[in-house]
Amino acid sequence: MVTQTETPTRLTLRELAKKPDRLTSGHRMCPGCAAPLVVKQVLMAIDEPVVVVCATGCLEVATTIFPQTAWNVPFIHNAFENAAATASGVEAAYRSLVRQGKIEDDNTRIVVFGGDGSSYDIGLQSLSGAMERGHRLLYVCYDNNAYMNTGIQRSSATPVGANTTTSPVGKVQAGKKGARKDLTAIMAAHGIPYVAQASPHNWRDLMQKVRKATAIDGPSFINVLASCNRGWRHDPADTIEIQRLGVDSCLWPLYEVEDGVYRVTYRPKVKVPVSDYLASQGRFGHLLQPANQYIIEALQADVDRRWERLLRMAGEV
Amino acid sequence: MSDFRALDGNQAVAEAMRQINPDVVAAYPITPQTEAVQVFSQFVADGEVDTEFVTVESEHSAMSACVGAGAAGARVMTCTSSAGLALMWEITYIAASMRLPMVMMVANRALSGPINIHCDHADSMGTRDNGWIQIYSENPQEAYDNMIQAVRIAEHADVTLPVMVMQDGFITSHSVERVEVFDDAAVSGFVGPYAANFQLLGASRPLTFGALDFYDYYFEHKRQQVEAFSHATEAVLEVAADFNCRFGRDYGLFQAYRLDDAEVAVVVLSSTAGTAKVVVDDLRAQGIRAGLLKPRVFRPFPAAEIVRALSHVKAIAVMDRSTSFGSMMGAGPLFLETAAAFHVLGRAPQIPMVGYVFGLGGRDISPPDLEGVYHDLLAVADSGDVGDPVRYLGVRG
Amino acid sequence: MPEPKGWKELPIGGIIDSPGSARDLETGAWRARRPIVDKDKCTSCLQCWMFCPDMAVVVQADKMRGFDLYHCKGCGICAKICPADAIAMVAEAEAGTEGEGG
Ligand SMILES: Cc1ncc(C[n+]2csc(CCOP(=O)(O)OP(=O)(O)O)c2C)c(N)n1
Ligand code: SF4
Ligand code: SF4
Repeated sequence: MVTQTETPTRLTLRELAKKPDRLTSGHRMCPGCAAPLVVKQVLMAIDEPVVVVCATGCLEVATTIFPQTAWNVPFIHNAFENAAATASGVEAAYRSLVRQGKIEDDNTRIVVFGGDGSSYDIGLQSLSGAMERGHRLLYVCYDNNAYMNTGIQRSSATPVGANTTTSPVGKVQAGKKGARKDLTAIMAAHGIPYVAQASPHNWRDLMQKVRKATAIDGPSFINVLASCNRGWRHDPADTIEIQRLGVDSCLWPLYEVEDGVYRVTYRPKVKVPVSDYLASQGRFGHLLQPANQYIIEALQADVDRRWERLLRMAGEV
Repeated sequence: MSDFRALDGNQAVAEAMRQINPDVVAAYPITPQTEAVQVFSQFVADGEVDTEFVTVESEHSAMSACVGAGAAGARVMTCTSSAGLALMWEITYIAASMRLPMVMMVANRALSGPINIHCDHADSMGTRDNGWIQIYSENPQEAYDNMIQAVRIAEHADVTLPVMVMQDGFITSHSVERVEVFDDAAVSGFVGPYAANFQLLGASRPLTFGALDFYDYYFEHKRQQVEAFSHATEAVLEVAADFNCRFGRDYGLFQAYRLDDAEVAVVVLSSTAGTAKVVVDDLRAQGIRAGLLKPRVFRPFPAAEIVRALSHVKAIAVMDRSTSFGSMMGAGPLFLETAAAFHVLGRAPQIPMVGYVFGLGGRDISPPDLEGVYHDLLAVADSGDVGDPVRYLGVRG
Repeated sequence: MPEPKGWKELPIGGIIDSPGSARDLETGAWRARRPIVDKDKCTSCLQCWMFCPDMAVVVQADKMRGFDLYHCKGCGICAKICPADAIAMVAEAEAGTEGEGG
């Protein structure tokens, strides 16, 4: 029997504050880390029961140190590179058991959290496979631009020029070489029903996207920018402001692709120069030197080009 | 009550899977296991099973999906071979650590490289320490029977461990034999309904699976797995007894063939044991007291039982279809386990024991090869001199 | 902390069957700076509640009631985000008992 979802909780702070925490305090993420904020907002947007599947990384390690767990919902971590495949199994089990009448259909939503390391790199195949097969699950990548749990190594999500422990700044190298991989575009190219990019500083936008994604009987993917103040080197208090700069510089546009139709969900009133975003974080400090000006210029040109293309795809120019 | 059909090992396994009707199967094609998955896919397509079949993009994802589905509360099965099992390796360890009682058929195939599609046991032996119960089958009938018993063994309340059921790639997986297929109802009655001990879905309170253990708890969790194996032997026998009672075929931890009064004995797994039985009969006809011990269960290793069964012979050959590079004299895992068992549990004086490594990459092992082994043993028994304790059989010099 | 359980007592499979039990951990002990709210300035807009990564802003009956100092890690996000400028970060050493029991 399909239980009808009641009127969804209104997306107002007062109403949302009445909901119980699905991820509780006492987790051991660093102070000011955006990852738990992403989880909090994603799970708060969903009124239905959830099962959370999580890849190895800071989030998993810091929330489930035996014998304590910060999860108030059914949770499974399997390994680093297989969160999407693991979720495929959970989803298949759900379908099978419901169809056979072994469990009740309570509209359980399956939500996966993986860092950029597990999503862009080592788990990309698993993610791609799960999306192609069409499982009903929401995959959320919390993209903090590097492998933070193992000590800030570069990933394919690391922006050009960023100083990481495996793309350090040296005498002949100015941080990470080459551009980021555009995972959101790769997911959109799968032709799945829903793909979006979000940031927790704009919580309402993020939560609306989660609502849309989980309403679909199929796969969905949301890529969420998630500052790691340790790796990005900024005051933890500035997390929200820096996320905002990322979006307002159009380096991390907020948009969605619904059944192939692109829509920009937020357009900054003033497009902030990328250098403002870079200047806010220690990992880009060396780029501000005159000798590295060309890297900033190239990055700005790249951001402009991608932004223009996005606007065109969204029919906004 | 049952029906005799001409089936190869893969078809027999697929038939068992149809009758078990698992909730979820996640699998990926690889020679020589592929056919099992294909046949099962047809059962899914024809609506003959309730199974949700996850057509994953790799074996790594197959095992990962099995872990997800098993943790969710489903009865789960899969099949693989060789490189597929190697790719799953990391996750097989996790499946066992999470105590998920799934069943996997492995059609044994050599590991790359060089790439080779034929039978040896390097694949499953490479996972022997991963926490799975391992059962080896001689022929399609045993593969079928073992799959059905494996479900009960895995889900046994004192065990809760995953089980691998092996058959020899091509030699068994692709050879058509007469297989007794039981009634669907009899099989489902034997395996019974599944109720997970703990599960993600429909649990009374939310559980966390796959938490991070430090040095303060990891060891305790490993100790629990060791304990489960200590109960597994009993569970295998209990399930075998019920199987015998319902279906009239007797299984144990191993099969002893003309061993009671044997002077010399060979220990060998799977299809080679079938060939060895013929050789034993021939030798017996010549008045030679040859015997055979075919281990069925390699994990848990029935050390005490094997030592007891062989304690009266004058010389033993342990034959491995895989090696362990860099081990003592390049011996294989079955020899190493057996030798250790005799050293720890055997009586003095030690029975002379020779290890043979044979058949790598599907190299044929013929009745005359096995006869030669028995004649070697007779010489060892006569002289009391083992000579070369580990020998490579059938490799060109 | 009670004695850790032995292998005979622990549930098998590494399962944790006490949801939300991480709340027992006093992550507040990590804090170097403590948020103090000026109740006169606070409008209970609840922005601080939404942006706290540690679920350490206490809201009851639609009102911001202070901080859960057992868990607050002192990141300062709430103080930065507060549109009414009602939250100040004070060095722990100088904070005394201010804000406790909030
Ligand atoms: C197969 C495998 N390779 C490497 C590791 C080590 N490892 C654990 S977490 C991690 C990085 C995680 O990075 P990301 O996914 O970006 O998450 P974050 O830690 O940044 O939250 C690495 C390399 C592992 N656990 N498993
Ligand atoms: S290292 Fe970075 S990502 Fe990891 S918990 Fe700390 S702030 Fe968060
Ligand atoms: S200082 Fe940080 S952890 Fe403490 S209440 Fe404010 S936002 Fe939460």
